Amino acid sequence: MLLPFIFSRKLVLFLAVPNLSDPLPRDEASLVRALQDGDETVFSAVMDQYSGSLLRLAMAYVPSRAVAEEVVQETWIGVLEGIGRFEGRSSFKTWVFRILTNRAKTRGTRERRYEPFGLAGVDSEKDEGSSLEDSLFVAEGSGSGHWVDPPQGWEADTPERALLSKECRIAIEEAINGLPDNQRQVITLRDVEGVSAEEVCNILTISETNQRVLLHRARTKVRRVLDPYVRGGNS
Amino acid sequence: MGFMAGNFTCKEVAALITEYLEGSLTLTQRIRFQMHLGLCFACRNYLRQMKYTVATLRQLPSEPVPTQVREALLERFRSWKHEQSSPNSSSDS
Ligand SMILES: [Zn+2]
Repeated sequence: MLLPFIFSRKLVLFLAVPNLSDPLPRDEASLVRALQDGDETVFSAVMDQYSGSLLRLAMAYVPSRAVAEEVVQETWIGVLEGIGRFEGRSSFKTWVFRILTNRAKTRGTRERRYEPFGLAGVDSEKDEGSSLEDSLFVAEGSGSGHWVDPPQGWEADTPERALLSKECRIAIEEAINGLPDNQRQVITLRDVEGVSAEEVCNILTISETNQRVLLHRARTKVRRVLDPYVRGGNS
Repeated sequence: MGFMAGNFTCKEVAALITEYLEGSLTLTQRIRFQMHLGLCFACRNYLRQMKYTVATLRQLPSEPVPTQVREALLERFRSWKHEQSSPNSSSDS
């Protein structure tokens, strides 16, 4: 179908189903071979398909958009340098994203932004985990564990409607930007870019459990930011 | 309302919500989770809000890549291809 390709690159990326109007080869082996053979149409289609997601992920590692754009450029150059040796031990997509995270970490460290997981980091993560939902619930007495302010039905019925408000979109983007780096990386890939849980674990080299914990914290915070924009008439 | 509904408290349900959505709860946990939901509208609302949050994130406009970045990379691709097709180019040039 041509329409989804025009209207939503994300949708095509998510489904990853090449078709007649799509210049991308049907299977990954042909895609890799076409790139190794120097097929510019395929290279430019792959670039168009992944660059937006790569850029968003890079911004979760480095302090500015300009540096993130450089990282995306370095990533594609890395793809060209490495494609001859690509053996398909991971999916092509995972491989490309791994090149990006490696470059982004190097740049992030140089720009004094990215702090690799350290013991101190793990401890503060634990503290955050126990307090994440505390404020939403009654702490003691007969109502202990129950909602302080029971969640209401949200007014806006479709996500598109929530995003119609520019204010709301900016608030969501800022909420994501304000997350700890590792939570931001996970929610960016999983929810914003629609990458599968398995691929996220491979790209970020984290365990399934860690992926879920980080995703949970990130989603919980974004939900809280979204709440006042989509609450029913009582606000 | 849903206080003490099923076995889980509302707070426990909220803490397990991502594991529920990811399909990683054990069978027993999932049954207890769903029992709580069946009796507690507040947690049902919370679950719907979480799903809505995920769907909203998915609708964020994609990050635009500047055309000059794209052009520079296509240039780079052409020179890479040229080097590939002439393996002796390094000694030639
Ligand atoms: Zn409840």
